[in-house]
Amino acid sequence: MRQVLEVRSRVLQAVRRFFAERGFIEAETPVRLAAPAPEEHIEAEPAGGAYLRTSPELYLKRLLAEGWPRVFEMGPCFRRGEAGRLHQPEYTMLEWYRAGADYLDVLADTKTLLAAAARAATGGTRVTYRGETIELLPVWDCLTVRDAFLQFAGWDPVAACDADRFDVDLVGKVEPALPRDRPVVLKDYPAARAALARCRPGAPPVAERWELYAGGMELANAFSELTDAEEQRRRFEAANAARRARGAPAYPLDEAFLGALERGLPPCAGVALGIDRLVMLLSGCESVEDTRTFCFAER
Amino acid sequence: MYTASDLRKGLRIEIDGVPYLITEFQFVKPGKGQALYNCKLKNLVTGATLSKTYRSNDRMDEPQLDEKTLRFSYVDGPHYVFLDKNYEQVPIDADVLGDARFYLNEDTEVAVLYHNGRPIDVTLPTFVEKTIVRSEPGARGNTATNVLKSAWIEGDYEIQVPLFVEQGDIVRLDTRTGEYVDRVSKR
Repeated sequence: MRQVLEVRSRVLQAVRRFFAERGFIEAETPVRLAAPAPEEHIEAEPAGGAYLRTSPELYLKRLLAEGWPRVFEMGPCFRRGEAGRLHQPEYTMLEWYRAGADYLDVLADTKTLLAAAARAATGGTRVTYRGETIELLPVWDCLTVRDAFLQFAGWDPVAACDADRFDVDLVGKVEPALPRDRPVVLKDYPAARAALARCRPGAPPVAERWELYAGGMELANAFSELTDAEEQRRRFEAANAARRARGAPAYPLDEAFLGALERGLPPCAGVALGIDRLVMLLSGCESVEDTRTFCFAER
Repeated sequence: MYTASDLRKGLRIEIDGVPYLITEFQFVKPGKGQALYNCKLKNLVTGATLSKTYRSNDRMDEPQLDEKTLRFSYVDGPHYVFLDKNYEQVPIDADVLGDARFYLNEDTEVAVLYHNGRPIDVTLPTFVEKTIVRSEPGARGNTATNVLKSAWIEGDYEIQVPLFVEQGDIVRLDTRTGEYVDRVSKR
């Protein structure tokens, strides 16, 4: 416990130092909000007529739209009903956004950040997690989602995406087959799995999105951000329709955010990284719960 | 009815009229994807295992299970007759008992699991005492406990015992593994 608390503290300090050195401003945006971003499979925790945030994403993008080119926030986020080895209903999320960047530019940020956090926490960039030695620098495997699925699951989700099969095969076939001795990036998701990512035209189009895996865990998710207000509204509405279809509540649309997009969000990219999972990797903890200073059940 | 969020290790659910115990449970959720509830299940009737993945909107039936404490009385052909707390006779088929039937003594207390009124599983006391009715010869004077030989208890049921155990001895057995624990009394 003592060691985990120290690792967490060093990681938090390393993250803040990393962004301060690169000219980012640290923001504190609302934790309780009226309009969480509608996503088909993310449940917001109701709180006094509003919701607890599932991510600071929409507010951070509004800061970009108001002319701040580099912003980050690190703090608690909440997702209702998520509890398992890699999930807790309350967890710590880091998000950063950079104007003028695309998803591969922020992948480079992520690599440098992970090395800095590892050095601060453990003194080096080689970590051992669940019996596997992982070298965090210099080589990260980068696979397209299409290639990974063709190789490990035997089908191409980019050509035609069966959403249910995609989830089942991703966790059942693809993720277990990824190398464990180095970080791995899956990139270029089916357009149906774009969430808030920009789609790159093509036949078929792909979402400029990546996910980073290390130690068998998904550590971070990134997009070249969608800046088209109309397309963003369509996606929110589609997500709400999918939510209603399965009996989940629809969320109000964040009109202030959509208005900011209409006035103009510069091309940008952003990353969301689970701090608890990073602490797991750097401290050897088995579960997210083990990395948290106090767990829910104890309160 | 249970919902996916009720699932956890140790919960009993019913699938197509068959009761199952969740022996392993894992919540997984790919980024931006749906929550998946991976279960390893044990069929409470046959003991067979299977893996199943549930999704958020799935509903699971709750099995009607009852547990009764019974005392073993006597064997009547294919039936093993037990007494309940009112001294009513309760026959249970040999095939429900499986190997458990060899560990019964008169008055042995067992927990019987009923599904929709039908007995499906019998839990023995962890330790029972049984008399050796026959054994392979062992070297006299050899008190080593790490060398084993075959011996038989009532019902011609074979167990493994240390060399010094002989016919007529009473031994203690662990019913979970069928292993010899110690010798209770010598012939």
